[in-house]
Amino acid sequence: MPVKSFGIIGVGVAFSPNLKANLYEGARLALFLKAKLVLIHVGTMSDEKTKLLHELLQGHQAEGLEYRIYCQDGDPVEVILSTVSEARIDLLILGALQRENFLKYYLGSIARQITRRASCSVLLLVKPSVERVPCEHIVVNGLADPKTEQTIATAFSVAKSLSAYKITIVEEIKPQEVAISVDDDRSLRRSQIIKERLKHREESRVKQIISNIPDDLKDDIMVHSQSIFGKRGYSIGHYAQVVRADLLVMNAPRKMTFWDRLFPHDIEHILGELPTDVLIVQ
Amino acid sequence: MSQRTNKLKEAIKAVPANIFSGFVVSLIALPIGLGLAMASDAPPMAGVISAIVGGVVVSVFGGSHVTIAGPGNGLVGVLLVAISTLGLQDAYIAIICSGILLVILGYLRLGKLADFFPSTVIQGMLAAIGLIILGKQFHIMLGNRLSLENNLDYIFAMPEAIVNVFYYSDVGAISAGLSGILSLAILIIYPKLRNRYLQLVPAPMWIVLISIAFSYYCELVLKTPNLIAEDYMIRGIPPIEQLMNDLPDIRFTAFSDWLFWAQVLALALISSVESLLSIKAVDQLDPSKRRSNFTKDIKALGLATAVSGFLGGLNVVTVIARSSVNVNSGGSNRSSNFFHAIFLLIFIVLFSSQLERIPLPALMAILVFTGYKLAAPKNMLKMVSIGKEQLLIYFITLLSTLQIGLVAGIIIGTTSTFIIHVVSTRSILVFTRNFLKPNVLMFQESEGNGQYFVSVKHFCTFVNFFRLKGKLDNVPETETIVLDFSLCEFVDHTVMDSLSAYQELFEKRGGHFEVIGLDTHAADSSHPFAIRKLVPFSGLLSQHLTKRQMALETLSKDYDFQYNPKKVDRAAFLESFIFFRSKKVNYIHNLVKSKQEPITAFDVNFSEGEFIAKEVVNTTMVHINLKHALPIFTLDKEGFLQRLYGVAGFTNISISSPGDFSKRFYLLGEKPNEVRAFFNKTIIHFFESNPYFHIESNGKSLLIFGKERSASIHEITRLIDFSSRLFQVVENDHS
Repeated sequence: MPVKSFGIIGVGVAFSPNLKANLYEGARLALFLKAKLVLIHVGTMSDEKTKLLHELLQGHQAEGLEYRIYCQDGDPVEVILSTVSEARIDLLILGALQRENFLKYYLGSIARQITRRASCSVLLLVKPSVERVPCEHIVVNGLADPKTEQTIATAFSVAKSLSAYKITIVEEIKPQEVAISVDDDRSLRRSQIIKERLKHREESRVKQIISNIPDDLKDDIMVHSQSIFGKRGYSIGHYAQVVRADLLVMNAPRKMTFWDRLFPHDIEHILGELPTDVLIVQ
Repeated sequence: MSQRTNKLKEAIKAVPANIFSGFVVSLIALPIGLGLAMASDAPPMAGVISAIVGGVVVSVFGGSHVTIAGPGNGLVGVLLVAISTLGLQDAYIAIICSGILLVILGYLRLGKLADFFPSTVIQGMLAAIGLIILGKQFHIMLGNRLSLENNLDYIFAMPEAIVNVFYYSDVGAISAGLSGILSLAILIIYPKLRNRYLQLVPAPMWIVLISIAFSYYCELVLKTPNLIAEDYMIRGIPPIEQLMNDLPDIRFTAFSDWLFWAQVLALALISSVESLLSIKAVDQLDPSKRRSNFTKDIKALGLATAVSGFLGGLNVVTVIARSSVNVNSGGSNRSSNFFHAIFLLIFIVLFSSQLERIPLPALMAILVFTGYKLAAPKNMLKMVSIGKEQLLIYFITLLSTLQIGLVAGIIIGTTSTFIIHVVSTRSILVFTRNFLKPNVLMFQESEGNGQYFVSVKHFCTFVNFFRLKGKLDNVPETETIVLDFSLCEFVDHTVMDSLSAYQELFEKRGGHFEVIGLDTHAADSSHPFAIRKLVPFSGLLSQHLTKRQMALETLSKDYDFQYNPKKVDRAAFLESFIFFRSKKVNYIHNLVKSKQEPITAFDVNFSEGEFIAKEVVNTTMVHINLKHALPIFTLDKEGFLQRLYGVAGFTNISISSPGDFSKRFYLLGEKPNEVRAFFNKTIIHFFESNPYFHIESNGKSLLIFGKERSASIHEITRLIDFSSRLFQVVENDHS
């Protein structure tokens, strides 16, 4: 079972009010995952700025955090992407924006472009905070996809590191798979039977995946599976929001084409309105 | 195999009852068919032809069970325009085309046109149609033929027409007017008479029978020509042989005219709307609780319309009044529709010459009555109670339909509804940004009793209701649905109205349908169907109760509890529970208090951590005040609070019991020995044999809750029942 290991974690550094929160999130995660931290700054680095960063990370350094600073001038997207490959970053942390007074989070255009093009895994934080918010419940996708097995395994290893207590694997089943449109009692009955069968099929597939995961990752964690008949990539986000999950783990999308952006599907729905923190496993 | 033979047997057994109900329906269908056709300026027989074709075709190909098909009230307004602008011949072609269009829509599964329009607009349009019928036929009913420009002119001329009645000098006109007024009186008084024998024949048929009897009375007894002027009798009823020769000729001259296609569109639109509304209403009446296949039905209705047009008939739609008579007379399957057609055929073959003895005013009284029912002021009053904005939409639609036309009326009404929504949310972004997004999540909870949970985000109005509806239609009405609107900023009247219909349907069929998450939304009126919008963090709860709150009120009455929907800011008694240690209680509301026991159920609104403010949560909990002290502990199934309580110095306590208590529950507490002593056999047995809830003790009281969201009424009842029994067990244990 290939568990994705995150050896080097990258975090973008902009000298904004969010700086401390972003740094702390990155540092904490690096400590939890026993990874090195890479700070990426777009622009020039002055002594003053470097000092500030060192000051902020002092506490974490004492706990054993190793970090490096990369800085380069240029287009933010290009700089970050090139640093990712240069520093061999496995996991990139990006912050989201909040819009309106309802609790809704959106990705800025830069974060969105990076997410689409990054070759490493990406963690999108809806609300970086200085204090630690415990991660208790993780929702992970269970799509029938070759990447899913690795994604689920990664979710378990992250859950272990963050000591989450519960993982829910969501199998989204396209309504088209039922292939019966409900018009009357008879078609309703038939669709119910087919749904039951599909649900069973999906659940046994997920069970198979779970059984392949090493036991030491599984103990102390409640595993739960939930099948949803609904739009793929959308339902899982809405579900994570409804059950108030702390982290949503998703497969990285396949290649994006022009049409994908025009007709959002799969991960695009989640990027459109982040339900919670999202980890996209490459 | 045996099931199939059983079904066949049942169907055969039901035939006599269906023949009878078909007969009763045909008694109404005959006069109404004649009347509707004449009101549409078509030859009287056209209405009967469409009823016959509708009965035969729809009963064979249709997908509903107890509906009756035939000429519809709603179409009078459209047909009138079609016939006056296109001429009768081209109007028949338009009818055929509209039928074909309906079949196409049926195959594209787009037949449910009414689902895409606000319900107030549909109401306003139906009222306008009612007024069109009422305005025009009212004058004929009084024996006064008018021809005016405009629909509104006819309505404004009504008071004058009433005054004029007293100045009639001509005996023919007086008796014509009298026959109309008498017929109207019969229609009004008839439902109030509870005579079994009188009720055997429906009111419209009484009118027909009395008029024919009167004309024979004049002819045979008085030996004079009918007192009612010749002018005011039904004319142009050809014998059956001639009908066959009078088929409309098919020609394609009008195809290039856009006006023609506008009429086709209007006919198809109104047919679909009227049929859908009728089918929905009739499904509620069906004693065998079947679900109609609307898509199949619309195809059948389209086919019937096309055939009817070929034979010189009008559009065929599903009609509510005749269908309800069918159900009331014992119709149980589609054969009653078929038999109604057969009886109609027999009538016109045998008695078509007798029909000419019916005075026109008498027939038009039936239409005046239907028109009045459609435009009933009662509906308008309902609109007022739902909200002023609904009344505005209603009148905009009504007036624009009367003044410009049906399709224009619907378009104007729908547009103004949308504008009103934008104005009342003060933000167009909510709609434009989220219009294309899927906003509905439904899943069957794999824990617990497998109820369906539906959550709706952003906004839910007529614009995107089809998404929610598509999900809801996939659930059998015997299941439980909990529909959560707490993530939804705006819910409109159309949605509330339709949801209430779902609610009724689910209750009738043994299921349960509950709407939660609206208690924090503001409403402008106290009506349960009023528009609801989320007022973020304003802290002001409207005084208008939601359906859930009203249900809580009745629940409290039933159990002799006190109910208080108002928000209480101070909830200090919660602070001492460790669950709330890292959470900030904003307020509690919807308090349900037991009068005998110290038990209170309430919704609590809390946010997790002040600074982090990750999310605001609404949860239903029960608080029990105990007389005796008890150890501090927490009992839950998931252990998800283990960390939280670990910090508080709690340790895991295992209990040895014959059952699987320790396997099923996590029991945590400060002083293991005291807790072990408290959890004696009776209490362990109680937890083992009851459904699971999270329970926490703070030393003097207990906090009990299920899921971390507002509970549905069913869940609250269960929660209160559980708490009350737990209270008994704990108290008994102490004494």
